[in-house]
Amino acid sequence: MNNNSLWNDAFRRLIANRAAVGSACILIVLILAAIFAPWIAPHSYSYQNLDVGATPPSGEFLLGTDTLGRDLLSRILYGARVSLLVGFVATAVALVIGVSWGIIAGYFGGRIDSVMMRIVDVLYGLPFIIFIILLMVIFGRNIWLLFMAIGAVEWLTMARIVRGQVITIKNQEYVMAAQAMGVPNLRLFVKHIFPNILGPIAVYATLTIPQVMLLEAFLSFLGLGVQPPMSSWGTLIRYGVESMEEYSWLLIYPGLTFTITLFALNFFGDGLRDALDPKTSED
Amino acid sequence: MLQILLKRLLIAIPVILIVITITFFLIRMAPGGPFDAEKAVPPEVLKSLNERYNLDAPVIVQYKDYMLNLLQGDFGPSFRYPSRSVTEMIFTGMPVTFELAFYAILVALIIGIFAGVLAAVKRNTALDYIPMTIAMIGICMPTFLLGPLLVLFFGIHLELLPVSGWDTLPGDKILPSITLGAAYAAYIARLSRGGMLETLNQDYVRTARAKGLSEFNVVFNHAMRGGLIPVLSFLGPAVAGLIGGSFVVETIFQIPGLGRFYVEAAFNRDYTMILGTTIFFSVLIIFFNLLSDLAVLIANPQSRSSQ
Repeated sequence: MNNNSLWNDAFRRLIANRAAVGSACILIVLILAAIFAPWIAPHSYSYQNLDVGATPPSGEFLLGTDTLGRDLLSRILYGARVSLLVGFVATAVALVIGVSWGIIAGYFGGRIDSVMMRIVDVLYGLPFIIFIILLMVIFGRNIWLLFMAIGAVEWLTMARIVRGQVITIKNQEYVMAAQAMGVPNLRLFVKHIFPNILGPIAVYATLTIPQVMLLEAFLSFLGLGVQPPMSSWGTLIRYGVESMEEYSWLLIYPGLTFTITLFALNFFGDGLRDALDPKTSED
Repeated sequence: MLQILLKRLLIAIPVILIVITITFFLIRMAPGGPFDAEKAVPPEVLKSLNERYNLDAPVIVQYKDYMLNLLQGDFGPSFRYPSRSVTEMIFTGMPVTFELAFYAILVALIIGIFAGVLAAVKRNTALDYIPMTIAMIGICMPTFLLGPLLVLFFGIHLELLPVSGWDTLPGDKILPSITLGAAYAAYIARLSRGGMLETLNQDYVRTARAKGLSEFNVVFNHAMRGGLIPVLSFLGPAVAGLIGGSFVVETIFQIPGLGRFYVEAAFNRDYTMILGTTIFFSVLIIFFNLLSDLAVLIANPQSRSSQ
């Protein structure tokens, strides 16, 4: 019961935070737009109309067209699918690895913990950006490989956070009391520990999504990520930069969309943290 | 203290060896030879090429030879530009990238610490909200977007600054340094604000105030030493990010540095160059992580016991 009211309280605090609510609205609109892109996109994202060429925003093409005459708004909508998908899938990969790693290390402690955390320490020191580029070069620019590679990089911090939480909660008196009363390990974990680490996991997952999207866009910008005719926001920005001197809208609109999305994700993550952990929000 | 450092060094060495080994074998797994781009090469030419690149030996022997050469600082010849060695290319690009990174860090530290400390001291006023909102934008605006926007505005629209090159036109270093440094300035501002807020509430700061020291003295001599530790520990890992950022900035501004060489090598499948630069970057990152750990140990005696 106590658990329920914690989440209710958190929800009430979240609703009271205007920046977080605004961000959530933006995100919901974006996600819906991405899901329904095939139905709401005004034009085809890949149809090249060379007679039209690059035109500035107008009544017919709300955000203008690119140098090949493709509708920019439709391309941004379809790009949202790739960019958001990368964000969610890669974060999910990071979540699964990081959370299980952290729980095992934190719950069992002792030698298991020190070996597992030492591995995390070592991996932390590695130049992962370079490894992802290496993987993309060697195994071809496959979008699923991209998800896996990014997810495999981002789990480290998650593992550390979860481990820290598990250790803190494991040593609380109520857990010890439950243990003394003979609650079996699994039940102890599922009933008493896991619900209490959900908050930090939710917060960190929300804050991982923008990082992952940034990484994907970075790779796509360098031409090592998503390949045409598919386009993510990173690819759109890349093309926008190529032609920004004459057709600045090709850079500005995709860039704006991308920045607003990252902004909303970060604000929402911050709001979530403040809502779930009112202690930190005091300063 | 020395013991901790030695322990870190002992971890760093196997890590570097693992990185080199993994990279080496990954590269060998890559499909296609390095000479695929050329048209049909006569067998004897191919044979002599293979000999030059030591590709006819068994992989294990290649690995051994490569490691032995590495010990002498020899990264082997470039696949793409046979007349040039990878070592030579690394040492041509390195000074440029280092200079760029140095200016970027300088920009980041000056702007970041100034904004962060100001925000912490003037907490909950406009001088706190405005810099922190800008910092949030700085974090959300990726380098590859900020750079082109700066070029568009200052280079093309106002025609104030050169839009590409390095060391060729006066002022051509300004935009790349700001582009690369901006995100770090934003992070450092947030970190130093948080750190300062924490130390400004500490007893020793209250004592300093109670002794009647000037506010300036309290903030700069007493609170800052502890308050900037988060910044110090951020600088090591930041180097890894700076390298990634240099890929982007050097590509945008056409700067002949190591980052651009790396991206070009990745496109051209110049395997020896990729291998060499990966090893070089890895060692660099591990070294700077070590350095920043050391700096934190020196600045914060408390962290020594917890290690």
